Amino acid sequence: MDVTLLLDMVIGGLIMGGLYALIAVGLSLQYGVARVLNVSHGEFIMLGAFATYSLYTLFGINPLLSLVISGPLVLMIGFVIHMTLFQRLRSSSKSMAAFEGNSLLAAFGLLFIIQNAALLVYGPDIKGYSYLDNTVNLFEALFAANRLVALLFAVVIGVTFYLFLVRTRLGKGIRAAAQDMNTAQLMGVNIRRVLGLCFGLGALMAGIAGSLMSMIFEITPQMGLPYTIIAIIAVVLGGLGNILGSLVGGLILGLIGNIVMYIHPGLSLIAYYILFLLLLLVKPTGILGK
Amino acid sequence: MDSVGRTIPKRFLSLVLLFLALILFAAAPRYASPYHIIQLTSIFMYIVLTVSWAVFSGPTQYMSLASAAFFGIGIYISAILGKVLFLPVVIGLGGLISFLLALLVGLSSLRLRGMYFTIFTFGLSELIRHFVLWWEVNETGTVGRWVVGVNPKVVYYVMLIIVLMTLAAAYIIKRSKFGLALRSIGESEEAADHIGINVNAVKIITFAISTFFMGAAGAIMATRWTYIDPSIAFNPLFSFMPVLMAIFGGIGHIYGQILGAAVLTLLADVLLTKFPYYYMLLYGIILVSVIVFLPQGVIGLEGKVKGLWKGELAK
Repeated sequence: MDVTLLLDMVIGGLIMGGLYALIAVGLSLQYGVARVLNVSHGEFIMLGAFATYSLYTLFGINPLLSLVISGPLVLMIGFVIHMTLFQRLRSSSKSMAAFEGNSLLAAFGLLFIIQNAALLVYGPDIKGYSYLDNTVNLFEALFAANRLVALLFAVVIGVTFYLFLVRTRLGKGIRAAAQDMNTAQLMGVNIRRVLGLCFGLGALMAGIAGSLMSMIFEITPQMGLPYTIIAIIAVVLGGLGNILGSLVGGLILGLIGNIVMYIHPGLSLIAYYILFLLLLLVKPTGILGK
Repeated sequence: MDSVGRTIPKRFLSLVLLFLALILFAAAPRYASPYHIIQLTSIFMYIVLTVSWAVFSGPTQYMSLASAAFFGIGIYISAILGKVLFLPVVIGLGGLISFLLALLVGLSSLRLRGMYFTIFTFGLSELIRHFVLWWEVNETGTVGRWVVGVNPKVVYYVMLIIVLMTLAAAYIIKRSKFGLALRSIGESEEAADHIGINVNAVKIITFAISTFFMGAAGAIMATRWTYIDPSIAFNPLFSFMPVLMAIFGGIGHIYGQILGAAVLTLLADVLLTKFPYYYMLLYGIILVSVIVFLPQGVIGLEGKVKGLWKGELAK
């Protein structure tokens, strides 16, 4: 195997892995901390992608700059959804297991609502725009500039979020809630706000990933579900509730997917599932789990 | 538990009611319009999916999201073998292969509890969907398949028979020692194990039995749709809808599950004809509302509106 192909695979894998890592961290916040297995996670990716697409095609706003608008927007949507819908379910469910089941079903309803609202607004056609699509030569391996920019942004946002989680008081509250919701509450963490924020931040991560993806891929209102599933797999890979594990899980999935793509295009999603099912059967606590 | 003296007349009443309903439905093709026959067939299909889902997932609290996998397998059996084999054989095979796959799934997922089981079953049905799609694109060259059509009345009667079999199986399992074992697993699996229940065997066998009916229903439904592809056959809706229908009606009661399936199927039908553009959006809103406002189901309202249901429906 020559160096160019190897580089092609690794950097290509890292680009996908970086985006997957963002999505997976988002879902990890929603499931690991807020206990909502959000099957509508991919719809927030789609929302971010379409927000950026609209801002670019209608107002000519730079896609990277549009993150400043689309980010807070999805954050607010996520926060409000959690404060109204999921808080209500949390207080009405008899046990945590009942809440997890109910919130999964409610999230499935959300998937329908968001996806079909987008279908009504944008129609079912595939959309896209070109931005920074000139190729860059990295040691003989060719990459579109927008992919490298997306990787850079994913890394910067990932690191920023990591620092937020580890260094700030609010980040500490989130980590405490991830370990034990009730004890965290006893220690003075405002659990309602932290859980709402986690759900909102999860939506934000998905939205940012969606915005970055819209530079690279074509987008449709139905693009979300496969990404949701990739996020679920990455989160299980890193261990449910382990926020940093999901970062690693996303990166690994991106690399594996890219390698499988070279062997047989179209098989990467199936490779994810097989990896996922095997992992659940052999080590359901995830690769970093105890 | 009711005392014996109270249950006998009620059981007799519900038997009479069931018998009357059976005559009504058996004679339906004589007086109902073709449209209503097709509508009833859809309702029956969802009753089969909902009741058979609840046979396992209701008492044990293991939420399975693999209904679409077993239903879709029935559909594909019908598409592949419908041209060469007799209809009853095809339907039986659809059920049998679902049953065998469920045995395999059950055996491999024994260690998984709670949400892990749910995620596993969801992943499984998505894996099958993508695998079939990949297979069709790369090996057969076409995504969709044509299924030999069957007279709608025949489809209706076959579905009616599958409904009756499902209801009978659900009732027998619920009333037997088996059902009691399932409920004790749902309450505490360790305790059930300690009092001598073979927890694994009970779980796997019930799970497999419940999927037999899903596969059979898929095999006959395919003949009505005539064109199928992986995204129709393994639509995640077929996994989620039975859960929502059971919750909407009331998970703990067979009549609640029937009610939920019937009402939500009819509602979808009405929305589809009245608001073709907003149908999916409205349906999503209804799904969320069901979870938020009726977590105990319509039957759960019984306590609040006491006396209304009691005489005729409580068993």
